[in-house]
Amino acid sequence: MALSRLSLRSNRFLRPSTTAAALPSSIRRHVSTDTTPITIETAVPFESHLCDAPSRSVETSSAEILSFFRDMARMRRMEIAADSLYKSKLIRGFCHLYDGQEALAVGMEAAITRKDAIITSYRDHCTFLGRGGELVDAFSELMGRKRGCSNGKGGSMHFYKKDACFYGGHGIVGAQIPLGCGLAFAQKYSKEEFVTFTLYGDGAANQGQLFEALNIAALWDLPAILVCENNHYGMGTATWRSAKSPAYFKRGDYVPGLKVDGMDALAVKQACKFAKEHALKNGPIVLEMDTYRYHGHSMSDPGSTYRTRDEVSGVRQVRDPIERVRKLLLSHDIATEKELKDMEKEVRKEVDDAVAQAKESPVPEPSELFTNMYVKDCGVESFGADRKELKVTLT
Amino acid sequence: MASLLGRFCRKLVVPGSAHGARMVSTTSSCGSETVKSLNLYSAINQALHIALETDPRSYVFGEDVGFGGVFRCTTGLAERFGKNRVFNTPLCEQGIVGFGIGLAAMGNRAVVEIQFADYIYPAFDQIVNEAAKFRYRSGNQFNCGGLTIRAPYGAVGHGGHYHSQSPEAFFCHVPGIKVVIPRSPREAKGLLLSSIRDPNPVVFFEPKWLYRQAVEEVPEHDYMIPLSEAEVIREGNDITLVGWGAQLTVMEQACLDAEKEGISCELIDLKTLLPWDKETVEASVKKTGRLLISHEAPVTGGFGAEISATILERCFLKLEAPVSRVCGLDTPFPLVFEPFYMPTKNKILDAIKSTVNY
Repeated sequence: MALSRLSLRSNRFLRPSTTAAALPSSIRRHVSTDTTPITIETAVPFESHLCDAPSRSVETSSAEILSFFRDMARMRRMEIAADSLYKSKLIRGFCHLYDGQEALAVGMEAAITRKDAIITSYRDHCTFLGRGGELVDAFSELMGRKRGCSNGKGGSMHFYKKDACFYGGHGIVGAQIPLGCGLAFAQKYSKEEFVTFTLYGDGAANQGQLFEALNIAALWDLPAILVCENNHYGMGTATWRSAKSPAYFKRGDYVPGLKVDGMDALAVKQACKFAKEHALKNGPIVLEMDTYRYHGHSMSDPGSTYRTRDEVSGVRQVRDPIERVRKLLLSHDIATEKELKDMEKEVRKEVDDAVAQAKESPVPEPSELFTNMYVKDCGVESFGADRKELKVTLT
Repeated sequence: MASLLGRFCRKLVVPGSAHGARMVSTTSSCGSETVKSLNLYSAINQALHIALETDPRSYVFGEDVGFGGVFRCTTGLAERFGKNRVFNTPLCEQGIVGFGIGLAAMGNRAVVEIQFADYIYPAFDQIVNEAAKFRYRSGNQFNCGGLTIRAPYGAVGHGGHYHSQSPEAFFCHVPGIKVVIPRSPREAKGLLLSSIRDPNPVVFFEPKWLYRQAVEEVPEHDYMIPLSEAEVIREGNDITLVGWGAQLTVMEQACLDAEKEGISCELIDLKTLLPWDKETVEASVKKTGRLLISHEAPVTGGFGAEISATILERCFLKLEAPVSRVCGLDTPFPLVFEPFYMPTKNKILDAIKSTVNY
């Protein structure tokens, strides 16, 4: 009886969720799957530029906060697994990890739909997951296997998911910004009331193309939300050494902006919700997410030559997004410590299974080297090691 | 299949210093010089130290150069010459090069670093439209000859689309700038010093694969290797091979293998691609009658096409076989498929044999 009532409740989840499995009965509890609204105050107020800041009271529910925890734990675990896969040389090339910044990915998803578009930089693993990407597709892509989300041809920096309007994963810094404004332009034409979130970093904030895109977006009232993921270091350069004005939310000048505590998933949700409404009515807005990455810029960067270990561990202790949500869950009695630990164990197993599955996927066929460059055959011949035998016509 | 997908490895032998081959070199060197075994990034670092030391109006800047740079080429410069001469810039290639052009226009030497050649495109307009044409359009009133742009280029085994590109062909199409590519530490130091001191803007591509892998005896003193002079690094009679940068290492391996089959190969390092030493290549092809060009960049529109067309014009009646180009495939630089894409030793060897047996 109680069990059937609970399963009815869980069917009322309207938000698309990345949790594939239903909560097992061992941690199913009345309060933890509750969707009745509760209000939480953000710890840090919003700072605004040319607009009125949204309220600090965020409407959420126990179910939502629990899903934040689970999703962030999954993202964290994925990044740590990617770290060890890279060190064991199963992932090659470049690998930029997002751990520490998970709140941004989950908070944003909570505020928007899968028809709103997201486009981001090369630090895209968790954004992909947030858009509904499967762990096994992510790991396969990282290892360059056929099962990967880009068929193994993109790698870590080029995750895409068309059915969730995730326009990827870009290697060149800042190149995705004008692209994102272009997406917003198309959305405005379609009149379907969807917006585009264009993410870029504090390093990219100094690229000329950002300002070109801002001008056009403002001129044509595009529903574009430019999100600066300020993790305070552009690779190894601190913001105070690269930016005359590190107030990235004000850099839009004539475009309104909002500064958000990017380590607080609820604050991120509130800001994104506000931004979406704003963009549909008034055109572009800049969101600066104050966040932090624990790993270095990429796997080749230890992350300790330009910042102290104390700084990193300090942020981990005081501002960690997952710990913050854990405290919230415990203090509001939504879940017990043990339940959360069990959830983390499940997530760990999920990730390990996905890695094992991904390892079994084969690499793409060699002929894939030549596919997807042009649509029609351009008739160019290319030779293999033995000129006489391997001739491939480029498709 | 599995072996094809296995990682191909490049031998570390530096061409030109190989055993047995007589080196015809144009390197200038004075009497007794002390040499030190250095890798590529250390040689470049030495060149930069010397450049800054000898000209008080020279500057080194770019992304992350202050702490030594992502490839350690600029280690120790900021500490020695100060933050006013060696400094970091924000992340904006267009801005960095434009800024360098301005600095050079005031008579300074600006040594600009673009972190990876793959990122040079935002600066392309500045290089092509500003740097290359400044002297020309101002009727020689102004120039930015003091500008040198350094960028690591080329495959590294796992670089993927945006850390492996070879964009030299784009720049070779621009009259007004010079394009220089060294093959080894010793060459790099001399060529870089020449490039910095050359009164024309120079784009200097450094083969990133060789930063740590290539080790050579490099003289410690200040020396320059002349630009626009190609070098025959291996003499032969049956076929001329032309290349530059890291690809020469691969070509040398192919030459050694070809020798076992009785084919005598002449290997030329072009060094400067724009303006390139047509005479040396022409003289060699007139001797051998056959030409093979190899580069990592895609074959269509690659610099090999220019060499081929020019040699055809000059040596038509002496050619015994069509000019062969063994280059990267016409695809974006791939991720997992890199071993297929690259112009490997076997592809070159195969082409040598086809050309000789034409």
